[in-house]
Amino acid sequence: MTAIDKTTNLRDIVASLEDGMTIGIGGWGGRRKPMALIREIVKSDLKDLTIAAYGGCDVGMLASARKIKKLIFGFVSLDVIPLEAHFRRARSAGEFDVMEVDEGMFQLGLKAAAQNLSFLPCRAGLGTDVMTYNPHIKTIQDPYGDEHYVAMPAIHLDVALCHVSEADILGNSYIAGPDVFFDEWFCRAADKAYLTCEKIVETSAFDDDHKIMRMPIERSLVAGVAEVPFGAHPTSSGPDYGIDVGHLKAYSATAKEGWDGYVKDFIHADNYLDIVGGPDHICSLPLPVF
Amino acid sequence: MTDYSLAELCICAGADIFRDEHPEVFATLIGLVPRLGGSLAKKTFLPGLMMSDGEFYTVSEPVPVGKRNGYVPKKEGHIGYERVFDIIPKGNRHAFVGPVQVDKFGQMNLSAIGDYAAPKVTMLGVRGLPGNTVNNRTSMFFANHNKRAFVPGEVDMVSGAGYNRARYPDGKYPPGLDHRRIITNLCVLDFEGPDHAIRVRSLHPGVSFEEVQDNTGFDLIRPDQLGETPAPTQAQLDIIAALDPQNRRETIFKDNPPGQRAA
Repeated sequence: MTAIDKTTNLRDIVASLEDGMTIGIGGWGGRRKPMALIREIVKSDLKDLTIAAYGGCDVGMLASARKIKKLIFGFVSLDVIPLEAHFRRARSAGEFDVMEVDEGMFQLGLKAAAQNLSFLPCRAGLGTDVMTYNPHIKTIQDPYGDEHYVAMPAIHLDVALCHVSEADILGNSYIAGPDVFFDEWFCRAADKAYLTCEKIVETSAFDDDHKIMRMPIERSLVAGVAEVPFGAHPTSSGPDYGIDVGHLKAYSATAKEGWDGYVKDFIHADNYLDIVGGPDHICSLPLPVF
Repeated sequence: MTDYSLAELCICAGADIFRDEHPEVFATLIGLVPRLGGSLAKKTFLPGLMMSDGEFYTVSEPVPVGKRNGYVPKKEGHIGYERVFDIIPKGNRHAFVGPVQVDKFGQMNLSAIGDYAAPKVTMLGVRGLPGNTVNNRTSMFFANHNKRAFVPGEVDMVSGAGYNRARYPDGKYPPGLDHRRIITNLCVLDFEGPDHAIRVRSLHPGVSFEEVQDNTGFDLIRPDQLGETPAPTQAQLDIIAALDPQNRRETIFKDNPPGQRAA
């Protein structure tokens, strides 16, 4: 009998990904994105990816790195900076195909995949161009009544990537922030999930009634766990650190000019944490206020 | 006479959309006028209105806009994103939002302008508009009432649904479709014309129906009795000042014009 140990590292996770895969990314906009993994993908030779996300700079960086063949999304925003400059540039240049759906349809697509269903019904989408530009999304008649519903198709993922606060070597994980977003549904919709975490802890650390309420991801979904402190930077990982607005402004400016420099200076840096200001600086970043 | 700004007039008109609301409606308030309008409603006549801190919690009193400066939100519950999407179809919600375009059907665009495959202008994406519009009450705010916002024909990318029968599978409106008001720098509009056609409800002081019509890309309904948007009371202005201590509302309109136009 072999004991389970799912610990791995960024390089090995990305090495397990393949061209053309459909990859779901947890978090929301400028919050708790697995950015260290995104940087590792940008560095790789991977191509033709279908990306599904409540998008932020994860989508923007992958777009400017020409990794995206198709984007499944409801929005792309950095939250504190409403519009994502790299996404806007790439989308307006027609660099990738899109499946643009309502935010609630997106979660139903994940939940359908998670439940091994081909679709889940909703009204969202009716009467809009979501239906025009996604002709594969069908409507169905309510079998018990007269209404027509949208049959939101399952969004099946090959892989889900998420960033959490703590994990153990078995794949149990804890999200300290006030919203777990849809991370568990990304993981359940995927064939396998990889987590980065701020810290690897002993399993006994989860024997805690408060923590247990914020552990939405079943460990059986998790194929690998990598300890990456500040792995969400420049997005937030509440309550430990906020969004690095200064960094995101500089990053946004490179959508017009300087993306190659950003890739060289930050994405290929072997001392990323130091050049973005170090752990103390990141810990001092305030959580966003709206 | 009380001095007030156009922004304050619009905020009070924004509060007024909640006059006949459910006593415990969940209001989603995107942008300064919606946020301050909903907050003013909660502070004056709709204390049970449910609203968030802009992020993850419902709060028992409106969070002032701008920098917190030591203010701590008074949490009363949790309202994470999954919970929002799960409760939208139940229906008791009013989404007061700021789209980029609207058309005669009340259809909204928040996604893209121009060719959809390679848009001239890429915006946020449809976000939650498709789900909001067919399940919840919808109101809108536009800072610039002109023909680029109030477009002829249909909006470039219909992100939020409206009263356009041709777009529904059986020509019937979804049961939750319920557009209420549009607040602009010129007037208040509603959907109380024939078959929910957009109607001018009130004109801001000094604005004529003709000026509104000239700045709108489709025909508006003019009611027999067309009055002025009610001026804020001093009590309302005091509450708005407390909800916006750093005067962010002066940034809503260029040059922060007065509510009463100079003659």
